[in-house]
Amino acid sequence: MLTAAEHQALLLSLQVSLTGVFAAMPFALLFGVVLARWRFPGRALAEGFLSLPLVLPPVVVGYLLLITFGSHEPLGGWLLQHLGFRLAFTWKGAALAAGLITFPFQLRAIRLSLEGIDRGLVEAAETLGARPFDRFLNVTLPLALPGIISGAITAFAAALGEFGAIITFVSNIPGETQTLPLAIYSALQQPGGEVEAARLCGLSILLALAGITLAQLADRRARALLRT
Amino acid sequence: MSIEARYRHRFGAFALDVSFRVEEPGITALFGPSGSGKTTTINALAGLFRPREGRIVMNERVVLDTQRGVFVPARERRVGYVFQDARLFPHMSVLDNLRFGWRRMGRADAAVFANIVELLGLESLLARKPAKLSGGERGRVALGRALLADPMLLLLDEPLAALDAARREEILPYLERLRDQAQIPMFYVTHSVEEMSRLANQVVVLNAGQVTRQGRVFELLSDLEFSCLTGLAAYGAVIPVRVSEHRQNDGLTMLSFDGGELAVPRVERPIGAVMRVRIRAEDILLALEKPSAISANNVLPATVTGVEVRDGAHADVQLACGGTRLVARITRFSLSRLQIAATMPIFAIVKSVTIDAQLRPPADRSS
Repeated sequence: MLTAAEHQALLLSLQVSLTGVFAAMPFALLFGVVLARWRFPGRALAEGFLSLPLVLPPVVVGYLLLITFGSHEPLGGWLLQHLGFRLAFTWKGAALAAGLITFPFQLRAIRLSLEGIDRGLVEAAETLGARPFDRFLNVTLPLALPGIISGAITAFAAALGEFGAIITFVSNIPGETQTLPLAIYSALQQPGGEVEAARLCGLSILLALAGITLAQLADRRARALLRT
Repeated sequence: MSIEARYRHRFGAFALDVSFRVEEPGITALFGPSGSGKTTTINALAGLFRPREGRIVMNERVVLDTQRGVFVPARERRVGYVFQDARLFPHMSVLDNLRFGWRRMGRADAAVFANIVELLGLESLLARKPAKLSGGERGRVALGRALLADPMLLLLDEPLAALDAARREEILPYLERLRDQAQIPMFYVTHSVEEMSRLANQVVVLNAGQVTRQGRVFELLSDLEFSCLTGLAAYGAVIPVRVSEHRQNDGLTMLSFDGGELAVPRVERPIGAVMRVRIRAEDILLALEKPSAISANNVLPATVTGVEVRDGAHADVQLACGGTRLVARITRFSLSRLQIAATMPIFAIVKSVTIDAQLRPPADRSS
């Protein structure tokens, strides 16, 4: 049904998006807690800064990644030399770009769900002898779970469609960095590639539909956890 | 057990200056109108609220001393807290809610766990989630959860306020049992005279952020100044009684108290059971001679101990009936007509005795 190339692009898209979203999640959680719980001067500014990847043109994000993590740049060179970890022109770099661009979706969902948690429940846990980390792990986090899940799924769906940042940072290498949107772009560049582009577009639509359905199911499951 | 608390704090224009000392076990009611500082006060005891200035000592343990910078956090105070809205963890089953504090306070004895589950009738609820519980069941689970954390002091913040009368009756008997059986002292926040007179041993009265009175519940309720807070209709005496006889022939139950006996319509409690009844000041008539042909069943010989003329047409007459204090509200006109004065012997005709609805037989409940 699918050609080998299509298959490859599909799997790569899933791999890049999932890796990116999961890698960004701990940071979203950390900054979500900071923004939801702490009142400090410059909080609005900090939140604005953390939301930048969403509002900047993706090409700008890709360019900034390139001049930070490129193999000849200080940080990228250090990673390559000391950890053997190469981001530029690899699928890991694509995952970084996708995770970074969609980070604000996760951050916002986590912050909102943390802010929506009844502080009274956390106080109740405290009177029952729970220390701060215990309270976070056993009360706050499970209650924020629906928000965390829905944020992650939104981010995942958006990551599947990421184009600008990926192509700028890690280029368009079939089998390495060529995700579905990049494959569609390549197909359109070739004479007679319209059919191939249409097939890939159909695939994207199916993937998006599956993602949204999954998101709703997961959300419903998470909410049901609080009820039955 | 002794609890000594004094603290000062200011929320905008609202200033709190609270100071009290409780030596006795049993239930201490924190009584007062809304916004008088009751919840803030038990939050201070729990460690959920840190007053700007003050000192709290529980059982010789200093848990707050702002001068010396002592503040023991809530999790180390061993204080059980039953919140007004129960605050059960919605993502956990009843069983996991009950185990939350139990585990963290290092209790391992399964027999104690089973005991409390049985005392509160929670067996059938253990597998459920809080969202599937009724209000009364939630209150009982919250009470169980707090008890299982092995507290040295139990705080209850209007645990019945959100419930209707029937649901309240689901919890009140458990609280009474707890008061009579457990050794844990309790602070009970309420603005209900009924709950206070039924449950409390002593009362700390809060008004506008200050403790205005403190004393034993039986004394306070027949106290004139106190009636300003509770409303005049509730004004009267609370009397501890013991069920002495159920009469088959006329369906009456005899209740004995320090000063005599009261005949009331049948009460569903076993012989020997100890309970409390209220006699409102408005429900007592006074007579200089013992009336013979009268429909009231309860005519008690008493001695006048004081007279207080009130605003308007009324006067309150304080009575001693054996060791029990009663108060009667009569008109000033009657007072002068009968020339009632202190030390005078008198007869108190009790028109009605207020008994909690749940203790009456079902047929009586509708009337």
